[in-house]
Amino acid sequence: MNTLPENTLKTRVPQEEVERVVKPAPSRYRNEIAKYIVHRSLDCERCGKCLEVCTHGVHVRKPGFEYFGEPNHHLCIGPACAKNGHYCVAQCPKQALQIRENPMYRALGDCRWSADLILATWKMAETGEAPSDEYDFNYECGDSGGGFDKLRFKFPKQPPIKLDADQIDTSISLNKRKDGRPEIKIDVPWYGGGMSFGSVSNVTQLSKARAAVAWNTFTCTGEGGYMERMRPYDDHMITQVATGLFGVREETIQRVPIVEFKYAQGAKPGLGGHLLGDKNTPAVARMRETVLGISLFSPFPFHSVYSIEDHMKHIDWVKHVNRRALISTKVSTPTDVDMVAVGSYSAGTHIVHIDGGYGGTGAAPDIAKKNIAMPIEYAIGKVHNFLTDEGVRDKMTLIASGGIRSAHDIAKAIALGADGVVVGTAELVALGCVRCSLCASGRGCPRGIATTDPELCGKMDLDWGTQRLVNLYSAWRKTLVGILQRLGLRSVAELRGRTDLLMHLDYTNDIR
Amino acid sequence: MPEKYHIQTQPVPPRRPRIGKHGVVDWREDCARCHNCVKKACVYDRYKQEAEYIRNLSDVDALFFECMGCFSCVQNCTKGILCLSINPAYEKLGNKYWKPDIIKTTWVQAETAKIPVSGAGYRGPFSGHGFDSMWTDMSEIVRPTRDGIHGREYISTSVDIGRKPSYLSLNGTQPVAGLPPLVSLPMPLIIDLSSPAHTLPKLDAAIEQTAGDTGLIAIMDSSYRPMDEANLENIAFYLGPDSPPVPDAMLRKTRLVEIADGPAVAERIKEIKKIHPQIVAAIRVELTAAGIGRAIELAGLGEVEVIHVVADANGNELTAQKPRFLKDMLRQIHTTLIEKGIRDEITLMAGGGIALPEHMAKAIICGADLITINLPLLVALECHLCDSCRPGTPCPARLEKIDFKYAVGRMTNLIAAWHDQLIELMGAMGMREARRLRGDVGRAMFFENLEEETFGKLFGARKAGL
Repeated sequence: MNTLPENTLKTRVPQEEVERVVKPAPSRYRNEIAKYIVHRSLDCERCGKCLEVCTHGVHVRKPGFEYFGEPNHHLCIGPACAKNGHYCVAQCPKQALQIRENPMYRALGDCRWSADLILATWKMAETGEAPSDEYDFNYECGDSGGGFDKLRFKFPKQPPIKLDADQIDTSISLNKRKDGRPEIKIDVPWYGGGMSFGSVSNVTQLSKARAAVAWNTFTCTGEGGYMERMRPYDDHMITQVATGLFGVREETIQRVPIVEFKYAQGAKPGLGGHLLGDKNTPAVARMRETVLGISLFSPFPFHSVYSIEDHMKHIDWVKHVNRRALISTKVSTPTDVDMVAVGSYSAGTHIVHIDGGYGGTGAAPDIAKKNIAMPIEYAIGKVHNFLTDEGVRDKMTLIASGGIRSAHDIAKAIALGADGVVVGTAELVALGCVRCSLCASGRGCPRGIATTDPELCGKMDLDWGTQRLVNLYSAWRKTLVGILQRLGLRSVAELRGRTDLLMHLDYTNDIR
Repeated sequence: MPEKYHIQTQPVPPRRPRIGKHGVVDWREDCARCHNCVKKACVYDRYKQEAEYIRNLSDVDALFFECMGCFSCVQNCTKGILCLSINPAYEKLGNKYWKPDIIKTTWVQAETAKIPVSGAGYRGPFSGHGFDSMWTDMSEIVRPTRDGIHGREYISTSVDIGRKPSYLSLNGTQPVAGLPPLVSLPMPLIIDLSSPAHTLPKLDAAIEQTAGDTGLIAIMDSSYRPMDEANLENIAFYLGPDSPPVPDAMLRKTRLVEIADGPAVAERIKEIKKIHPQIVAAIRVELTAAGIGRAIELAGLGEVEVIHVVADANGNELTAQKPRFLKDMLRQIHTTLIEKGIRDEITLMAGGGIALPEHMAKAIICGADLITINLPLLVALECHLCDSCRPGTPCPARLEKIDFKYAVGRMTNLIAAWHDQLIELMGAMGMREARRLRGDVGRAMFFENLEEETFGKLFGARKAGL
């Protein structure tokens, strides 16, 4: 991308490289939340047997000390250890040890993001690996009782063909139109969702951007404007043109390889973006060119778009301003989402991005989150099939989002018919989000992720944030490759639309 | 532009200590007394009033239950002596249908009159029972809105109650008979009778005032005498089989009356109309096994203008072993009336199981013209729905001690928040009028249909019993 076509970017800054290397990125908190807690009673004679048998480093006695310190509860795998002969509880000569499920565990997470899924995501972000089976985390799905959480892959006992991990291709192409615009490929079938400056901190945005560079994928500015500090990552940025048009200028459109029109978003379909007044800080107001401290509700819909023809005018405008840009159209999932997708294709879009109702990271009315538009699991197949029937499926990239939490969700979404996915909440969880939902107002996220409060922003460091996301992506890719190996598929593109490889726990699964 | 319907609100704080979802447990004996105590760093300053809370022993637990559940103090404490747990008192709120989350959000709306907004996406189950098994639709590029592009201020939530003739008989240019009376309400909500267990004189007066302040109608027992006769147009007397009569002069000042279903309802309506020809009469039909059939039968009677169908408090069919839910019963009644060609002539009010503002919109989509509620207003007064309302049992919400101004303020706030949320949903749907929302199942998606269209084709039949 060194030679740019005419009439696009006027000023280009040197692009930064970020290494795709997994390095440990432990929790930034002193105490990790553990699934099990280890209790040592006063009967302990400090013989050190527990220290000797435990292979997970749970028990701690500093050199030169007689007494044990606080155990590393989060490393304990619980009573499952009894199977492997390393169970400290059974081996303690004084029966002074007890292992119990942590009562605090119930307070973490929710139906969509179970505590297991959150802790497993933290482990991935820390180590770059999926947690070992010993920990017994169910991180393949949540507890929502439907959709992805009820879908499973039908893995054959033996893969039909034996493939090494390095033989498997996880890249996807974002431009299938063959219209002379760049053939952009990303190395993994996902990219980062739009989170505006204002809804999240600049450290969060930059961490996402740097991880996108490392993994040769993309992240999105959201609708809050384009920070100058993101310019060294322009080649991996998507900039959003949303109904509020905050910070949108021709110059920002010219910076990027992909421009996204956001017509709607899954967490609040049919409503515009929300940034509550408390989060409209001086820096945010400056970026968005608005009055400090007022709530910013983007309108819905684009009042310049009443039809596909109007949508085409939008696209033509951006294509003219930026001759190398691909166009993504982000819509939510109403009944006629399939018609919208085909209409969007005819208007000239390269990527149709459908955003289901159960995702979202920003502020949204609770009534909208649960009740408007269909979950993404229904929409993917509907759009995929309609595009196929209309004969344009292979000319359009279908990206799904709105509740994609793990590598398994990514694989399931692709098997249902998407080319790839967009992730948002999972990235925030990797950065330490506990899903307390308090990021919408006040000073924002108490964990320093989704806030622009100067004090809270200081809780997270850019290098750490970048590494956590690089690690998460690495763990996801390994898991995804593992799934493809077991299915005997050479590439993630081969998985697209392979619903025959899926089963649903609530169905008889007897259709051949 | 016509005057906009607006409900005046102001914050009304709770009387009782808040019951939060999370509580912090502090094992003080291991405290290192370090100078960088995490309590000082609480983003929400929850610990700052610790001494005050502890001095006031009656509210000592409130400190622990106002925790916002961010885990920051728990994860940063030098000695790891803080724990977070789900508050057992929170889990005891409500029942299987009126879940703690519903009680909590109702309390917040009654306090603030605001639409609840939060971050981090949806947290609940994929779908569920009753109203949780349907989604409302929204409009996108190819069909921006059904009614055109309009701002929220142009969305009308008004509905009309009464009989609407499907055609006019004219003698020359004049109608042969006068048009039947209609009652217009600014939003599709009526305050229903309080259940006998929750009837409190103070509550009735507050309900009367709330109906007056919001421009809505409250159904009150015929023995009730308003504190202010000016509120009579916001009262609909309920005439049960054994109810005492309402003085004629008082009845003439009301707009709507409700009559218990019975064999002689047509005659009863005629009697009332003799006293007050412009009154609209509703028939209350309990949704038992025979309820649906009875509602349809009544709709065919020329005298009947309004049918008020009522399920149990959880939205279920009454006295049935395998009860159907209100949404399904409404769809059946609505569809049958359409097939008979009389749907537009009858107003259908629906009550029972309406716990959240989305239930109001969904019940209307399923075929009701408007909905009736009572329990949400009780919850607005900090009721726990503990079902222990009996003499000698203390009420945890001290409902017997409510202050009139507090009660009116909280109930008004809740209604205002519901109204605003109805507009949010209608705005997303592209609907400009609540009247047009009725029975418009094209603006909704149902779980069973989506499952069949999506997964049924791929995976066969849905397993029995699910």
